[in-house]
Amino acid sequence: MSRFRHTLLGRLARDPLAVMAIVIIAALVVMAVFADLIAPHDYTAMHMTDRFAAPSAEFWLGTDNLGRDTFSRLLQGGRIALTVGLTAVIISGVIGLVLGMIAGFGPRWLDNALLFFFDTLRAYPTIILALALAALMPRGLTTVIVVVVITSFAEYGRVVRTQTLSLKHAEFILAERAMGASFGRIVFHHILPNVLGPFFILAAMNLPVVITIEAGMSFLGVGVPPGTPSWGATLKDGFDHIRQTPWLILAGGLPLILVTLGFTFLGEALRDQLDPKLRSGR
Amino acid sequence: MIQYTLQRVALALGIVFAAISALYGVMIALPGDPTSVLLGPRATPEMRAVFREQMGLDDPLAMQILNFWARVLSGDLGTDFFRNRPVSVAVMSALPHTVALVFGAIFWSASLGILLGAFSADRRNSVLDRVTGVISVAFIAAPSFVVALYSLLLFAVTLRWFPSIGAGEPGDLLSRIQHLVLPSLAIGLAWVGYVARIVRASMLEVMGESYIRTARAFGLPRRRVVYNYALRVAILPAVQVLGVGIGGMLSSAVFAEIVFSRPGIGTLIYTAVSDRNYPVVMGSMLVAIGFFVTCALIADLINAALDPRHRKAK
Repeated sequence: MSRFRHTLLGRLARDPLAVMAIVIIAALVVMAVFADLIAPHDYTAMHMTDRFAAPSAEFWLGTDNLGRDTFSRLLQGGRIALTVGLTAVIISGVIGLVLGMIAGFGPRWLDNALLFFFDTLRAYPTIILALALAALMPRGLTTVIVVVVITSFAEYGRVVRTQTLSLKHAEFILAERAMGASFGRIVFHHILPNVLGPFFILAAMNLPVVITIEAGMSFLGVGVPPGTPSWGATLKDGFDHIRQTPWLILAGGLPLILVTLGFTFLGEALRDQLDPKLRSGR
Repeated sequence: MIQYTLQRVALALGIVFAAISALYGVMIALPGDPTSVLLGPRATPEMRAVFREQMGLDDPLAMQILNFWARVLSGDLGTDFFRNRPVSVAVMSALPHTVALVFGAIFWSASLGILLGAFSADRRNSVLDRVTGVISVAFIAAPSFVVALYSLLLFAVTLRWFPSIGAGEPGDLLSRIQHLVLPSLAIGLAWVGYVARIVRASMLEVMGESYIRTARAFGLPRRRVVYNYALRVAILPAVQVLGVGIGGMLSSAVFAEIVFSRPGIGTLIYTAVSDRNYPVVMGSMLVAIGFFVTCALIADLINAALDPRHRKAK
């Protein structure tokens, strides 16, 4: 037990916010994975006599404009959110990791060129770029993922670059180099593990952002195809019928708020634990 | 400082140039007939022929991009073929609404954020400090379009405290402001959290400086030292964050404008995208990116002017 207390998980377990975050995330993941088992109704089934129903024992979170069970649809939406979120974060994370390390290690001109490239990508306001690109590409999850990757890998690239640069001249790396360590050994044994800390914090903080962009694009009608139960699409239905029922908006926004809260708190807790310098600031 | 300013301005211009050129290049280079991309599907064959000739669509890509910039620099953003007006007119009539919205959001985030941040730095590690910390993070986490929808539902549809549609009567300042309250709050709320945390952290740093200790030793009232002397310096990092944050706020503004049915760049792009009205999409992107990069640049320069250390850090 005493050893567990000093592992990362052990330290997180003593932070009430981290515990809350992990519980929320775990609940959402379980609900998304077992959506078909948990869902009380078929998410496509229309109950035309029960349109715009308020929450009841039959329909836990009410029904939408076509009489479909909101709770069952939100469960399916969780699958979409997690799929898009994880795929996009992994792809943009890997691209950012590779480019960031190249920038950190490469010659000065390459570093400057990549930095300019990152800055250019960050100049696009995400949703506005998403709208512009969505006009050119077919509607679907692939487009959503491409848009998200384009707008987010630069952030990873910058963080990894900064971290690599500061490590490059650290004494233990110089010592290793003096002892004749190969380039590969320095990169994979020393730089990479040290870069991963801030990298994972960023990934945890970035995941809800990605999920929100997916929901936002679907809300604007440039995300998932029509009829797909994305959280954003549910909110759009709620917005279109705001005078008929408040429940679609209330219920549709809830998972988005929970997912962002969960991952943001987790990211915060990770940062506190992985970066002792920041801890002293509290 | 002059050298630094020139460097940053050159970089900003380079970024705008690269960002827009890339977008324009992608639009032209994509498979399909560029005349239908740039004129929209409803263009007649004659229009296409004239346009192809006019735009030099048979020139190499790089040449076309340079020509595009030559037109932009002479003030011609293209023509909105759907409504038969210059794109610049459409964009310029929408821009003030979006700028007002973004500055409204900055007003909320700066006023509430600085207050919360200073307050929790002053009462460091108290229960209230912990609570404000959690509230800040919760604000940061709340997706702006969910906040927009919830506030529309609560304050406009249910309680009817604020109007739900439009930007208000032209010329009537009060009605304009009434229409601005909810959408700008929806955008600004997330930044309240950021500003609060940054102000708190830099306040704590500043309070450890010797001139603050000296001021206290001279017997100046604690409140005055905290809120007059320390806060004035502690605000600086927040300026930078808000400047960079304007990009995010522009994205949120799209949602706020659509949820509250306000005119603006977001609504303009949104309808242009649904209509496949590409000249308007391009023109609004240009203005949105230009606005964002300019604001980030100004925030950067303000910071550099006020804090010389910042100039070297880059």
